[in-house]
Amino acid sequence: MSISQGRVSVGERGRIVAPRLRTRPWRPGGTGSRVVIAAAGLLVAVAVVHTLLVGAVQPRWALVFTALVAVGELLRLNLPGDREAAPIGTACALANALLIRVGPIPARHSVLQVVAVTGIGMTIGALPHLAAGRPARLTSMAARLLAVAFAAFAFRPLAARPAVIEHWWTAFAVMASLLAVAWLITVVIETVIRAGALRTRWWVTFTDEVRVQGPLGVAIGASAALIVFAAEAMGLVAVAVFIAPLLVTQVAFRRYAGIRATYLQTVRALARVTEIGGYVDAGHSDRVSRLAVTVGRELGLTEQQLLELQYAALIHDIGQLSLPDPIPGGATVLVPPEEQRQIAELGAEVIEQAQMLDSVAEIVRRQSDAYRDPAATPPPLSSRIIRAANAFDDLVGSSVNPGKAAAVVERLRLDTSAEYDPHVVAALGRVIARRSPLPPP
Amino acid sequence: MGRLSRAAWLYIGVIAAAAVAVIGYGPLPGTEWSRLAVLAVLFLVCESTPTSIMPSRVAWSPGYAATLASVVLVGPVGAALVGTVSAFSLRRGPTIMQRVFNGGMYALSAYAAGRVFLVLGGPVGIPTRDSFPLIIGPFVGAAAAHIVANYGMVSLVLGLTAGRDSGRRLLNLRLSLPDLGYAAFGLLIAALWSVVGAFAAILVLIPLFVARWAIAQFADQQRAYEGTLRVLCQAVETKDFYTRGHSERVSRGSVMIARAIGMRPERVEAIRFAGMLHDVGKLGVPTKVLQKTGKLTEEEYAAIQLHPMRGLEIIKEIGFLDEALAGIMHHHERIDGCGYPMGLAGDEIPEFARVLAVADAFDCMTSTRSYRGARPVADAVAELRRCSGTQFDPAFVDALVSAVERDGWQTPDTPVAPPGEPVGPGYDHDDPAAPLRVVGSR
Repeated sequence: MSISQGRVSVGERGRIVAPRLRTRPWRPGGTGSRVVIAAAGLLVAVAVVHTLLVGAVQPRWALVFTALVAVGELLRLNLPGDREAAPIGTACALANALLIRVGPIPARHSVLQVVAVTGIGMTIGALPHLAAGRPARLTSMAARLLAVAFAAFAFRPLAARPAVIEHWWTAFAVMASLLAVAWLITVVIETVIRAGALRTRWWVTFTDEVRVQGPLGVAIGASAALIVFAAEAMGLVAVAVFIAPLLVTQVAFRRYAGIRATYLQTVRALARVTEIGGYVDAGHSDRVSRLAVTVGRELGLTEQQLLELQYAALIHDIGQLSLPDPIPGGATVLVPPEEQRQIAELGAEVIEQAQMLDSVAEIVRRQSDAYRDPAATPPPLSSRIIRAANAFDDLVGSSVNPGKAAAVVERLRLDTSAEYDPHVVAALGRVIARRSPLPPP
Repeated sequence: MGRLSRAAWLYIGVIAAAAVAVIGYGPLPGTEWSRLAVLAVLFLVCESTPTSIMPSRVAWSPGYAATLASVVLVGPVGAALVGTVSAFSLRRGPTIMQRVFNGGMYALSAYAAGRVFLVLGGPVGIPTRDSFPLIIGPFVGAAAAHIVANYGMVSLVLGLTAGRDSGRRLLNLRLSLPDLGYAAFGLLIAALWSVVGAFAAILVLIPLFVARWAIAQFADQQRAYEGTLRVLCQAVETKDFYTRGHSERVSRGSVMIARAIGMRPERVEAIRFAGMLHDVGKLGVPTKVLQKTGKLTEEEYAAIQLHPMRGLEIIKEIGFLDEALAGIMHHHERIDGCGYPMGLAGDEIPEFARVLAVADAFDCMTSTRSYRGARPVADAVAELRRCSGTQFDPAFVDALVSAVERDGWQTPDTPVAPPGEPVGPGYDHDDPAAPLRVVGSR
């Protein structure tokens, strides 16, 4: 799909092998993440040295919990949106921080011992990942460690109080509130770092984070409380039983994350179909979707909206498959607006048949509508973004010349009276200027 | 469950009667009724919100956790009583007979688990600290008995009401990790009872429900994913009118073969996708070549022969089993080594590819082409047999033939070419009767 006025689309036609469409994993590098990592590292170093000098209290339990944290870290999983979690490890470490007694014997370990056990366990669990060539996500690990450290600092002094020892409900109330705060700490740390790295808006990032981390956080917190009470009822020997319910949750989440990744790959394959079939330039769908997502983020879309935008942008050209053959000469720009609308409609029908999210179909259906059409309701924001991103890519193609990009943005800006949403074009301009700053004249 | 056969009526009646007998015979000495009530409510909550698994009429719920906790806390008869609550599930859908069956089945499973628990020396009542870790052995035995009894009775009733096939399919579902995980929740509830009382049930439900939330999300994504795969197949078929429905049927045929030779369920699933996508590479072949009438030139023929590789290019990054990819790439290889694109022979050809080749050719022969009508199934079978050993793997030909004899084969409706559309291909690359051609000199 392309813009309505006749402009030649730039790009290398007829290339069959699409470029490797891999999203680069996001690497934290900002000051925020460095501070978090340094704080956690320092804390662990102090804790380990202190524990070595003083000697571990109840060393057998410490060993069991170190092992549990290590196993949990080994079984960490990737969540949608390039996130990482280690539910089993985190639950076990939190349980260690909140431990009241094992069987009849009260737990007497110190705050620093909890930190040392967690730090050592996490390191041991991360080693096999490093050996297998999967880089450690230090920021995530640091955030988890700081949350555990907070729970320990707040709860260890309380653990010997009669109110906590004698009445399980006061113990539970204290634990629940501390766990909630610990969860909030990780969410805030992740928000600060993500908002910095991805240039998203604070509040949007925070609510996204709450939505994604919420269910898992509840499961982790409840499991930690379960382990604490179960240790009292069963002793540490039966620790294997505590792990089973956590494994169920873990397996469910892993499968969910797995199918989501596969789904995105399938949508990409669908996008590649139009390219291999010769309907659009190689790499067009991928470039449009990246640009659209960046613009959407600039405009403050939530993660769910960005996901829908990404799907829609990847397959925005799918309606062209209904054409018997590619448009001759590759100049899809020569298609009159009416036909464009028809292709968009066909694409939307295909997507509806697929029972993908309904909003994706709607976004694709409205992508060729003009921004200001007195006869119709304005198209959804995502459609307007795709329309601008698509026009930009059709005019610039795979060219990396910043002068050309700036000229095209200027051209789109001239069309904002009717065709394009001025806010979208302004955001697009900012994104392009950031990506390829014009050299000083 | 539809209309019930006499055998099914009898079976459900026997199960219900046995459950009533077990509970009526008792004994329920000194049963803690309040504890029983809490467990029954817990079980009802678990049962009322099940997530469905593959065979659509079997619901899967964490109810195990509640019945197994009852086994420990209130003994076999009490557990059976908790199990009957399944009949009152708040979920809409089950018919009266299904409810009767579920209640009776859960009661009997729980009773069996309770008996096994007692035989293995498990102590009934709230476990004390001294009960651990010795209680774990009898508990695992009880959990195993519960799961086996549950699966056995459900398989039998499905066999009686829906044909033996789906019953066998359920038995093939291996007892998966979630089942055992849920069983462990049961012991956890029982153990926590000594510390936090009935609150244990609530505390344990939280992670359970989060897990179920994730499973529901998974199911949603799975549906969307399969829909997208279907679009991918439709995209292929829009290019070639006469092959409409072909992918779907090849997929079905491949699954029939895979089941007949006893493939594991996850491989069957993979071959289902492979069948749906096997011709996706045709998108990379110009439409005019696909729809050309008359003889193809060497170049055009070469373009067609490239389609398995093109297919691989499109889908290689979708992370399903590598086996499916290998199957798609090699589905036009022949046992005698004269196929394409690599000319592999015999066992060098991946198993998936050999299965796909049989199903592909069979569907091609039994559907209408522009240059000939659909052939009867019997003729197609004869043709498969004729090429068995040279083009096709004999074992898979036998598997398909016997599966088709048993379950039948749904041939496509005769397509009516839309006006203005080209008449269709003069050559079908899938047709085993088409003369074998090799590009270039050999």
